[in-house]
Amino acid sequence: MRHHAVPVLVVLAVVVVLWYAGALLLNFDVARNLADENATTWDIAAATMSQGRPVLPAPHQVATELFESVFMHPVNSPKSLVYHAAVTAFAAGVGFVFAFVLGIALAIGIVHVRTLERSLMLWIITSQTVPVLAIAPMVVVVLGNVGLTGLLPKALIAGYLSFFPISTGMVKGLRSPDPMQRDLMRTYSASGAQVFRKLRWPAAMAFLFPSLKVAATLALVGAIVAELPTGAQAGLGARLLTGSYYGQTQQIWAALIMASLLALLAVGVIDGARLAMLRARGGRL
Amino acid sequence: MAADAALMTAAAPAADVQPAAVVARDLSIVFEADGQRTVALQNVSIAIGRGAFVSLIGPSGCGKTTLLRAIADLERPTSGTLVVNGGSAERARLDRAYGYVFQAPALYPWRTVARNVMLPLEIMGMPPAERRSRAGRYLDLVGLKDFHRRFPWQLSGGMQQRVSIARALSFEPALLLMDEPFGALDEITRDGLNLHLHGLWRSAGMTVVFVTHSIPEAVFLSSRIVVMSPRPGRVIEEIEVDLPAERDLDLRETPAFLKVAHRVREALRAGHSYD
Repeated sequence: MRHHAVPVLVVLAVVVVLWYAGALLLNFDVARNLADENATTWDIAAATMSQGRPVLPAPHQVATELFESVFMHPVNSPKSLVYHAAVTAFAAGVGFVFAFVLGIALAIGIVHVRTLERSLMLWIITSQTVPVLAIAPMVVVVLGNVGLTGLLPKALIAGYLSFFPISTGMVKGLRSPDPMQRDLMRTYSASGAQVFRKLRWPAAMAFLFPSLKVAATLALVGAIVAELPTGAQAGLGARLLTGSYYGQTQQIWAALIMASLLALLAVGVIDGARLAMLRARGGRL
Repeated sequence: MAADAALMTAAAPAADVQPAAVVARDLSIVFEADGQRTVALQNVSIAIGRGAFVSLIGPSGCGKTTLLRAIADLERPTSGTLVVNGGSAERARLDRAYGYVFQAPALYPWRTVARNVMLPLEIMGMPPAERRSRAGRYLDLVGLKDFHRRFPWQLSGGMQQRVSIARALSFEPALLLMDEPFGALDEITRDGLNLHLHGLWRSAGMTVVFVTHSIPEAVFLSSRIVVMSPRPGRVIEEIEVDLPAERDLDLRETPAFLKVAHRVREALRAGHSYD
């Protein structure tokens, strides 16, 4: 971890410098129009750093917005970013659980039933060629018409987006035992359930965790996208939408940063589970 | 004719009293893939008496592994009959009548050494206390007393193969099928394991069918050697190994040993001149 710190910090510093430069350039025209006649170029440049509705807010503006929206409001208030993050995270979490169950069930079916492989695999792949931005509004509107709003449509879209890496990863993982390892089970005349429990499932674990990490971030994307089309009242997607309506770019950026923090948290939790399993297996998965 | 004669003498002492462990008669196995016919075994007839140590020797691709896999019901014969443990090969497999040692250790990397040995015992529904004591006993037997909690990848290749032997012995099958178990190991390790295996066979009294392409290994371990020809695999000759039952590695320098080894080599050469 320690020898990663320096390169990571260098990249961060470069990003911050470029970001300030970008804010200066992109906000300059507006700042000049707003400045009075005898303002110097230096005055205008300074003004680009503190506009109310900048094209690109400066990093410190985003940091201030993030700090205020996280710490200056009670967490159950719609003004709190924590509240919105929790709404989105819950929808993404429920969607992720859908995806986990569906993805693994599909993988088990595909690995064990030949007809399922032929019939399902094509549809699973096709499902991923449909852009989620096109599907999301339809699902939200259709479900809204039958009275289902809020959590469920968001979770469905999050699950729709994230089951794919889980099922493909698990199909690969459940098929990963080599012929010798399978023959061994046959010499014990092990039942199908025993082969699954003692060979296929444990062998698939090495494939499960990378899939879960991808799926977790996709679930988050799905939940946010599902909040966009109907102008949801709560959630990070709603924050992005209202931010862009009212030119509150700081709010958009703060929501984006919160979304990536959520993704980091999710990936961290999954990695924790992976490390626990790694330890139980003596250091190899 | 020579094969028939050897078959008779081999069957003479033990097999008269009890049914043989393995009897194959006119066994043929043909693989068909993409319209290509490959004759792996052609009219193979052998009888392996209970308690014998029989090596199948021959060049690569002579079908010796296929024959072993057929005995284990991992391949289905195309024609001929095969009796294992007094019944069909499938019956023997379902009864878990044999232990199989593969060319590679085929250990499950997520299980500790002890839990690898316990795998067949779990599948056969043995109570946990019995599983643990069996794993302990058979790991001791192969000289891995202090490695129970290790994982397979922490062991050398020779040690891993010993774990796989312990695993095959753990449920105490009457028949042990070994497919070039030491083929991937260095000479020194191999010598040690040969000595070890010989001791195990002498004390446990099970039947062993052992596939190898090493002449010294076959002569050292076996009570009888079945020499096979290149594809299509046939039995060329069966050679009784008239060496003392109690064997050590020095035996391999003796004239008696070299004489048997020479006969095996001649038989292998005869097989090659067929085509």
